Amino acid sequence: MDRRTTIQWMLAASAVWSFPEARGAQAGPANPARGYGTDPKLLKAYRRGDFWPLTLSAQQRRLAGVLADIIIPADAHSPSASAVGVVEFIDEWISAPYPLHLKDRTIVLNGFNWLDAEGARRFGKGFSDLDDSGRHGICDAICNESQAAAEHRGAARFFAVYRDLTAGGFYSTPVGRKDLNFIGNVPLVRFDGPPPALLKRLGLS
Amino acid sequence: MPFVSALTQKSSYDVIVVGSGAAGGQSAYALCMDGAKVLMLEAGRKYDPTVETPMFQTPDAAPLAGAGTPEKPFGFYDATVDGGWEVPGEPYARASETDAGRFEWWRARMLGGRTNHWGRISLRNGPYDFKPRSRDGLGLDWPIGYSDLAPYYDKVELLIGVYGTNEGLENTPNSSAGCLLPPPKPLVSDLLVAQRAKRLGIPVIPGHRAVLTQPLDFAGSPARLHPGNATAQKILAEDMRKRSACIWATPCGRGCSIRANYQSTTVHLPPALASGNLDIRTDAMVYEVSVGRDGRASGVSFVDRTTGKHQHVTARAVILAASACESVRILLNSRSASFPNGLANSSGKLGRYLMDTVGSSLGGQIPLLESLPPLNEDAADGHQLYVPWWLYQEQHAGKLGFARGYHIEFGGGRRMPGLGTGAGMEWLTGGSYGLKFKQDVRRYYGSFVNFDGRGEMIPNEQSFCEIDPDVKDKWGIPVLRFHWGWSEHERRQAAHMQKTFADIITAMGGRTNGAPQADGAKAIAPGGSIIHEVGGAVMGANSKTSVTNQWCQTWDVGNLFVTDGAVFASNADKNPTLTIMALAWRAADHILERMRRREL
Repeated sequence: MDRRTTIQWMLAASAVWSFPEARGAQAGPANPARGYGTDPKLLKAYRRGDFWPLTLSAQQRRLAGVLADIIIPADAHSPSASAVGVVEFIDEWISAPYPLHLKDRTIVLNGFNWLDAEGARRFGKGFSDLDDSGRHGICDAICNESQAAAEHRGAARFFAVYRDLTAGGFYSTPVGRKDLNFIGNVPLVRFDGPPPALLKRLGLS
Repeated sequence: MPFVSALTQKSSYDVIVVGSGAAGGQSAYALCMDGAKVLMLEAGRKYDPTVETPMFQTPDAAPLAGAGTPEKPFGFYDATVDGGWEVPGEPYARASETDAGRFEWWRARMLGGRTNHWGRISLRNGPYDFKPRSRDGLGLDWPIGYSDLAPYYDKVELLIGVYGTNEGLENTPNSSAGCLLPPPKPLVSDLLVAQRAKRLGIPVIPGHRAVLTQPLDFAGSPARLHPGNATAQKILAEDMRKRSACIWATPCGRGCSIRANYQSTTVHLPPALASGNLDIRTDAMVYEVSVGRDGRASGVSFVDRTTGKHQHVTARAVILAASACESVRILLNSRSASFPNGLANSSGKLGRYLMDTVGSSLGGQIPLLESLPPLNEDAADGHQLYVPWWLYQEQHAGKLGFARGYHIEFGGGRRMPGLGTGAGMEWLTGGSYGLKFKQDVRRYYGSFVNFDGRGEMIPNEQSFCEIDPDVKDKWGIPVLRFHWGWSEHERRQAAHMQKTFADIITAMGGRTNGAPQADGAKAIAPGGSIIHEVGGAVMGANSKTSVTNQWCQTWDVGNLFVTDGAVFASNADKNPTLTIMALAWRAADHILERMRRREL
């Protein structure tokens, strides 16, 4: 996204709707937190917020969960994104003090503002308060970055980033690994390679 | 008393080894097993992979799902601590910030250095690789040939444990009988690459990696490695017995607590310590080699990083094995009235001919690999198979437009899901979300194959390092300033890689993720980013044009040696670590011989 587009997009968002609790986005990356250092303990199991405070407001967390579950809803195989801690993961991500994360913070918080502004513009409500068809109508306009209308490019970039984060947060959990039938990360006495029947089926015997 | 402090350290040693990675570990091992008293100085902290390695930890237990950050560039669980392209308090300078002129310097300030996290790819240089100038008129010849180093490649493979096969391909040497461990079974994606690449005339053979696919031959190898030295044989046999074979799980880059792969800290240092001949001082940042009135190296000076105190220690010989650029930095900073341009720099070549590996990548998605049944594909953590350079004859006939070759590393499979899973898939899914997205992730998971080219860079006059006149690190030690430039050979080679990768992906029935990059300048990874930097104190046959002789001995100071990648006169496509170890062992044997003759 070029700078001109960014500015247009931010102006559009702020002109329609304003959110006292989302000021962080406009204020920029003022996060004073420190990172985990160059020599963190690797054997400890960490929880979100152990290294730096989480920063999303209650309202932002609600929106974060609504959107994450639109991207990864529950189905017959596995629960939804928010059910396995994706909101906390995203909060940790956009609250982290590293350059990439500060950049993503701006993208995500601006994106949240845009979603609420777009909900207000279309239906007079914030995004979280829309019904399914209202939410999907908005997501359909921004879910494909390469096809998005010019005025939606910035929002589409946000959606792409947010979908990547949601997927990363989801598939890095035990539930996500099970959803993909991952059966590795266990010690084996031998590694026998792929089964011959499979190789035969693929023409690789 | 193997790990020593200012209080317990002896006042003098036979040999000081600066650095504890592939070069330092191998140097100290070979010296100590033959009875020399060695002090190893490591700038970073003590590190013990047997108790510090996160073996089965999953990304959900790590901050940011284990993502890389400037503080842990290869991810939270990567073995490297206190290292990366940026090290707090230890800056370096660049003459240029452009993509083409930038050099990035990776350091790992920890015991074992970068051997803790490296890829374990262990390829031998071939006969052409030691005589490139004789073969095509470019670059520099080494003062040794393949046959000089072959016995040491055998020894290193036997000691550290390397899997692979002997294929008898051009400039891709065979090992002696019994040196290699059997290769791991390939994955489905490996076999598909092999089948389709072969249709294009591209050979695909088992990789060579320092991973124990079976236990080491602790009954036979020690006698082969240390003939006539019963003590060394006993120590090594005991230590080899303690190394487990691979359990086919957990990424090697985290390190290996069961010692199933090579790290200096799990392979070289334990037997060297068991010999009783090795003292190790960690947190010791060496900045200068001191020279006596006789013109010989008297010892080294270092800063204790925990106290800030400066200390000097003496020895009969000094080995710099601090990594190519750090060893050069120490020599350049060792200025005196006798050596105003830095120590061992009468040729003016110190810092010159810095090289990295040419790197370029392209990935693809392969429909044939979609929706496979559940398979455990952790295998040996990659490089089950690889593509050695195969166009020697066409290249030598001048048909390619670039002078040196590359090999291809590739990988696919149903690896542990994590941060990248389901990411960046719009080009395949059209931007799906919701139930369709979940189905898409299941469909595409495990169907991606990535190709990485690793090619030879020819040394040139614009790629070098020197001391920056102004910048100092937090201990006041002057830092390096890097100059960098590629030639047309490297740029064209990178473009050729891209085309080859796209051809293979297409032959697999797949689609490339983005178009292959035809512009070599854009296809090539920045200097230093492949972390194969070598050169800077190149070895040669002539003291006027090189820094060391064939024994890694500096021309100017008879008891001063450089055994890391700095002495490389060329940087073949083969990953440098195995060659660093072979050279270091050969140099150590030479030092021992001269000590026996009382020449040192």
